[in-house]
Amino acid sequence: MTETYAHLSNNAVYSATIIFTLAMLAHVAEWAMAHQLVAVPTRTEPRALVAAGDRGVDPTQGRVGAPPVHGVDDVDDLERSDRYGRIGFGLTCLGLVVLAAGVLTRGLAAHRVPWGNMYEFAITGCLAVSVAYVILVRGYAIRWLGLLVTGFLVMVLGLAVLVLYRPVSPLVPALHSYWLMIHVSSAAVAGGAYTVGALASVLYLVRRRMEVKAAGHPELPRTGFLWRTPTAEAIDRIAYRVHAFAFPLWTFAVMCGAIWAQYAWGRFWGWDPKEVWAFITWVAYAAYLHARATAGWQGRAAAYVALLGYATFLFNFVGINLFGSGLHSYAGM
Amino acid sequence: MGRVPDEASGAAPRAATPPALRPREFLRWGWRQLTSMRTALILLFLLAIASIPGSLIPQKRVDPSAVFLFKQRHPDLSPLFDRIGMFDVYSSVWFSAIYLLLFISLLGCIIPRSWLYLKASRARPPKAPRNLSRLSAYDAWESDASVAEEVERARALLRSERRRVEVYDVSHGEAAGIVVSAEKGYLREAGNLVFHIAVLVVLIGFAFTGLFGFKGSAAVIAGQGFSNTLTQYDDFTPGARFNTDSLSPFQFTVQRFNVAYKRSGEGAGIPLHFDAHLAVTPQPGTAPYDYDLRVNHPLQLGGVSVFLVGHGYAPDITVRDAKGVIVADGPVIFLPQDGSFTSFGVVKAPDAQPSQLGLEGYFFPTAALGPGAAPYSAFPGPLNPVLSLVAYHGDLGLDTGVPQSLYTLDKAKLTPYRSGSGRPMPLLLRKGQTVDLPDGAGTVTFNGLRTWVKLQINDQPGKVIPLVGVVAAILGLLCSLFIRPRRTWVRVRDEDGRTVVEVAALDRVSGGDPGRHVEQVAAALRPTDQEKRQ
Ligand code: HEM
Repeated sequence: MTETYAHLSNNAVYSATIIFTLAMLAHVAEWAMAHQLVAVPTRTEPRALVAAGDRGVDPTQGRVGAPPVHGVDDVDDLERSDRYGRIGFGLTCLGLVVLAAGVLTRGLAAHRVPWGNMYEFAITGCLAVSVAYVILVRGYAIRWLGLLVTGFLVMVLGLAVLVLYRPVSPLVPALHSYWLMIHVSSAAVAGGAYTVGALASVLYLVRRRMEVKAAGHPELPRTGFLWRTPTAEAIDRIAYRVHAFAFPLWTFAVMCGAIWAQYAWGRFWGWDPKEVWAFITWVAYAAYLHARATAGWQGRAAAYVALLGYATFLFNFVGINLFGSGLHSYAGM
Repeated sequence: MGRVPDEASGAAPRAATPPALRPREFLRWGWRQLTSMRTALILLFLLAIASIPGSLIPQKRVDPSAVFLFKQRHPDLSPLFDRIGMFDVYSSVWFSAIYLLLFISLLGCIIPRSWLYLKASRARPPKAPRNLSRLSAYDAWESDASVAEEVERARALLRSERRRVEVYDVSHGEAAGIVVSAEKGYLREAGNLVFHIAVLVVLIGFAFTGLFGFKGSAAVIAGQGFSNTLTQYDDFTPGARFNTDSLSPFQFTVQRFNVAYKRSGEGAGIPLHFDAHLAVTPQPGTAPYDYDLRVNHPLQLGGVSVFLVGHGYAPDITVRDAKGVIVADGPVIFLPQDGSFTSFGVVKAPDAQPSQLGLEGYFFPTAALGPGAAPYSAFPGPLNPVLSLVAYHGDLGLDTGVPQSLYTLDKAKLTPYRSGSGRPMPLLLRKGQTVDLPDGAGTVTFNGLRTWVKLQINDQPGKVIPLVGVVAAILGLLCSLFIRPRRTWVRVRDEDGRTVVEVAALDRVSGGDPGRHVEQVAAALRPTDQEKRQ
């Protein structure tokens, strides 16, 4: 039975990797088709970009009217771009289901939760990222993140399949704990959200730069997919919401980890390298939330702090697992 | 709250340089700087950066033997590192300084904000701005109902949404009319304060636990007992306020220790489970009870917890001296060196005649020969147990008065027995074997194999304080991040015999959608077209 499940799991993970690759290609096509498309006129423009006067403010909406249009959308391009976007999202949903099957069968094969080594961390983490993304597309319409998210998934899953793969093996007794299960699953979901938040922050920085540049040169055409995403301000808000969701969850995950450590090793907190970096990530994201409320640190600076936080999170997963010693070294390859 | 906090915490807007240097003003200026949002942010960064070295350089409290190795490998760096506390980062002066500053900054931030909050929380919802239509979330219509009716409807609606409501009658000026003011979301600031206070509580809780508790460990051979007195501990770290006379007088016997390893396939050698059977006597004179001590399943004795944190082998060794007198006898704890339980240990026989004897070497639970005929252990289970010991004679150095570790041999005045080629000669023993020492100096017998468990024994009084703190912090955080304070105004006035109703809303933090809220309020209050026609 174990063999069958393990086999199923491997096939599902391969298939999911291929499906996400197709989804990524669809999103590439979405961007390519949008090459000639102009900025979306109905979305909010940041105040800084609004020249007073000709663009009226609609008082019931608090929104700013259309920016000047440099050309007319080719309806075919628009339709095609959108169709590829939808195909990409559909494939992402399919990939999610297949990957979920892969993670589940991996767990069934091993008779335990599927996060005993780096390979399992990677596939479970990708599942968390794709779940977070799909939920957020439903809630906040963030399909414009599709290319970045699928690109990330393909990269990590590819790495998992090609480099990190390990056959099924049991866990050491210290890892048989409900607290650990809660700890890792909440950390995985928080990590998925941090990933989406970091990708949104990257897009925010790119979009913001475009807007600042374009503000100085109103004559330049505003075409291409990036001009069809929400404004920098709106992306920033969404990035904040995603981080605001992730941070309490991360706090909870760290707490469960501490409780588990108490049961397993007789201390809540021992400054083991993995614990140190979980703490650093926590402090970095607390700094991000602070930065957003500190004069002079909003916007770009805060986004960089968020990315810094994400870097510390990644380092904990990759750096410490590879080079680290300490009690958590089960997580090694 | 939004940008309010910066003012609330008293961040001096552009005062980057101290104004006049009169002491009082200077102090006030310094305090304002310390408790500003920007300083808090910088201190958070510093805290994160200061934590990094402790994850890269071995730490005394985490892994003392790694510190020892590091010092051997880097003799030039180590004195400097020692001086600046690099081997004990989290208790170093500079680390403590950062978090103490953060502590003070936090206090300086929380106290005035709590005060403001207490005042604000009793305040009534504010009067409406003069011109509601300037707000971005705004709607207005005319109604056939009377002003009083509309006011009552608005009030009932906003009340039913659990908003705090106040009705103001503004009887003159261009903004005349009756205004229903409503406010919601006071819990945001409360949550934020609870979060920050809870962070303090967690830290104080850990400090309290550390001060009044203790942490110790002991290795106990299966079949032997442990009673809770200082001498039975291998190491014992009391908190500054722990009274060692107050150790509770429990004792227990480790009756058996079981471990099973995965035999083959991927992950071979991983322990599948291990547990120790204890007979526990909580108080002298009480009847013992059985306890199955496992990882993740500690034993609780009053406030004290006993954890199973490790295990190893204790070969049962008998040493006889030249006259055939038994000079060392019984199981000896060998310390595991790797995942396959290649273990290192020593035997000391100070009473041996004509000179003291010492043995040092390795135990291999499943011995195999590696390249160059060096033995190693291929599996952690005892499938082929072999001892490989080098014997020494001379002076063990036990009389110098310096306490010696049980696990090392002071070889300053010891000479190894050598083989024909002149190299120290390892004695290889299988279970049940006896070998002779050279020159008729005696014999060594490997009688059998026992196991030992490493127990961690802690007293953590008040450990619920940090737990309660973390839970409160998370709840506060959720309130702080997800509650959006919002003010809603409904102004009703009579304009030439017609009743005009205006609705507007203002969010105090960004990210919400007050426009939608106004739409909903309007939809609930506005007469539908059908009603109008009737
Ligand atoms: C131990 C150090 C600290 C930690 C871990 C911490 C953490 C946090 C976190 C996670 C938030 C986000 C919650 C929210 O946005 O509502 C926050 C908000 C806030 N913190 Fe801190 N904080 C610390 C110290 C301080 C200090 C010293 C101050 C005083 C200057 C301060 C003032 C604030 C304020 C005013 C907010 C609200 C920001 C907003 O409106 O979004 N914090 N803090």
